[in-house]
Amino acid sequence: MARTFTPKVVTANALLEGDAVWLTEANTWTRDIRKAELLTDEAHADLRLLEAQARAGEIAGAYLADAKPGDNGPEPTHFREDFRTRGPSNYAHGKQVELS
Amino acid sequence: MYTYNDFDEAFVRSRVAQFRGQVERRIDGSLTEDEFKPLRLMNGLYLQLHAYMLRVAVPYGTLNPSQMRQLAFIADKWDKGYGHFTTRQNIQYNWPKLPDVPDMLDALADVGMHAIQTSGNTIRNVTADHFAGAAADEIEDPRPVAELLRQWSTDHPEFQFLPRKFKIAVTGAAHDRAVTKAHDIGLRMVRNDAGEPGFEVIVGGGLGRTPMVGKVLRAFLPKADLLPYCEAIVSVYNLLGRRDNKYKARIKITVHENGLEKIQELVEERFAAVRAGFSGVDQELLAEIEAAFAPPAFAVKPTAGYEAARLANPAFRSWTDTNLAQHKADGYAIVSISIKKHGATPGDATSDQMRVMADLAEQYCHGELRISHEQNVILPHVHKADLAKVYAALREADLATANIGLASDIIACPGMDYCALATARSIPIAQEIATRFDELKIEHEIGALKIKISGCINACGHHHVGHIGILGLDRAGVENYQITLGGDGTETTTIGERAGPGFSAEEIVPAIERLVTGYLDLRSDPQETFLQTYRRLGMEPFKAILYPAEDKANAA
Repeated sequence: MARTFTPKVVTANALLEGDAVWLTEANTWTRDIRKAELLTDEAHADLRLLEAQARAGEIAGAYLADAKPGDNGPEPTHFREDFRTRGPSNYAHGKQVELS
Repeated sequence: MYTYNDFDEAFVRSRVAQFRGQVERRIDGSLTEDEFKPLRLMNGLYLQLHAYMLRVAVPYGTLNPSQMRQLAFIADKWDKGYGHFTTRQNIQYNWPKLPDVPDMLDALADVGMHAIQTSGNTIRNVTADHFAGAAADEIEDPRPVAELLRQWSTDHPEFQFLPRKFKIAVTGAAHDRAVTKAHDIGLRMVRNDAGEPGFEVIVGGGLGRTPMVGKVLRAFLPKADLLPYCEAIVSVYNLLGRRDNKYKARIKITVHENGLEKIQELVEERFAAVRAGFSGVDQELLAEIEAAFAPPAFAVKPTAGYEAARLANPAFRSWTDTNLAQHKADGYAIVSISIKKHGATPGDATSDQMRVMADLAEQYCHGELRISHEQNVILPHVHKADLAKVYAALREADLATANIGLASDIIACPGMDYCALATARSIPIAQEIATRFDELKIEHEIGALKIKISGCINACGHHHVGHIGILGLDRAGVENYQITLGGDGTETTTIGERAGPGFSAEEIVPAIERLVTGYLDLRSDPQETFLQTYRRLGMEPFKAILYPAEDKANAA
């Protein structure tokens, strides 16, 4: 039996700003993970990662990160990915203030 | 202090110009990230969790006021108004944008600074005793040789692609404040039987995944042989060091696998071959550098006002009790400015604070500042008559925390709040521990205690040599903190011993509190430090405090 595939999002760092971005279904980069495309099929996820990696002029270091469906879109499952959606815990810097 | 000559200036400017071109080519798509990454790392630019990070070298921890002001200017103009001082005497900017970095590097070049070789498999920023040139227990100021090593190692053609990074630390004092035994090469100034100064050369120390205490390669190396001898060591390592496995690539593993004797033999052989090539030019250079580091003209004036101020102001007295160290000149003191206010991020200074420290250095400290590996800032030469004024200015800038060497003077790496390699956060743990000890008001009673926190196995937070070390790990998707005890980063360097299973983020601060209050009951008298008590009693009583019996029963 094939193992279950954990849903993923394609994420990377923006080339100019260096902050976390996620790939949307419309092939744009979003700074809000909830607007990302949640990939539930492994083959499709691999393909989307390849497509993302080809966009070297916009981002660096694209990879697939575990995610789960939430009420408002994809949510991170691991604390590291969770921190990337917010910013550091010692100052109100990064996405926790930029997105609001 | 050393100032750049025409050669240094031209070299640094040309590197900035090259990097400017590389950044342009990355942005216009001519370079891929894979092609660009080694180029940006050569210039100290990392890509972290939330942004780029620029690591700037503070060579041997020494800054002048205009350099400190420029660091503040850079923080305001291209970052978020602060900088983070690191355990390798660097300053890191956490929020630069890629197109701005060449301008930041140009601004650094304006004050004789750079970010070259603060990353990559090269010889990194040469670090030194942060009390260099001021310490009462010093044979000689180690900074001239550190500067000589900086010049020799910067862009050294043979050593740009070493098996792994290579770190050199140097001290001129008997008491080791530079953690020389945890470096790839540690240099401790000693005297031979004839009374001439030279170096004890220590090799193969390091923390990280495989912590090792450095071994003495040469008990006495004449000062004049320093460069050829270091060149011989790095040269032997360059050929012998493993390139097949990055976890076995540091010189500590090379020494461990080949044995100290074999390395000694190869280094001496190589030394004999390269020594002739150093025709004495290095010694002429060193003489010029030494002249640049001539001690300041220390003032002679009465210190009576200082004693009176101490008597009149208990807060000032407490600060002088913890934050001063003995200076070699009569009437002077070494001031450690704590960048560890309770609850604040260890090592972070705002641009305003940087400017205050620069002003104080200019006005009261012969124009000198130092960055310590313990993430504090040092005013190395303050006359006691000026201490009350310095204290008042520091207090106004929120820089007068009296906790140097105490429980809240915690080393912490950036951890998973910033670092892409981290496995857990360090900063919030440091903030909570410091806040807790401040609430309890017992850190002066506890006395000397070094708590060091790393957010991953790479050990930038030096947890292995903390009296109490904390290592943050990812255990099945949850932050988990392991405690090590009995570590020591001084001349009696010891790697701490793991106490047992780790603690969750919620449990770690209570565990540290239990450990430290437990020590107060265990110590033989109030003078016995945590480390001494640990050495006398061993792990068992501390283990019993950390893991009470009922917890064990529950776990079973």
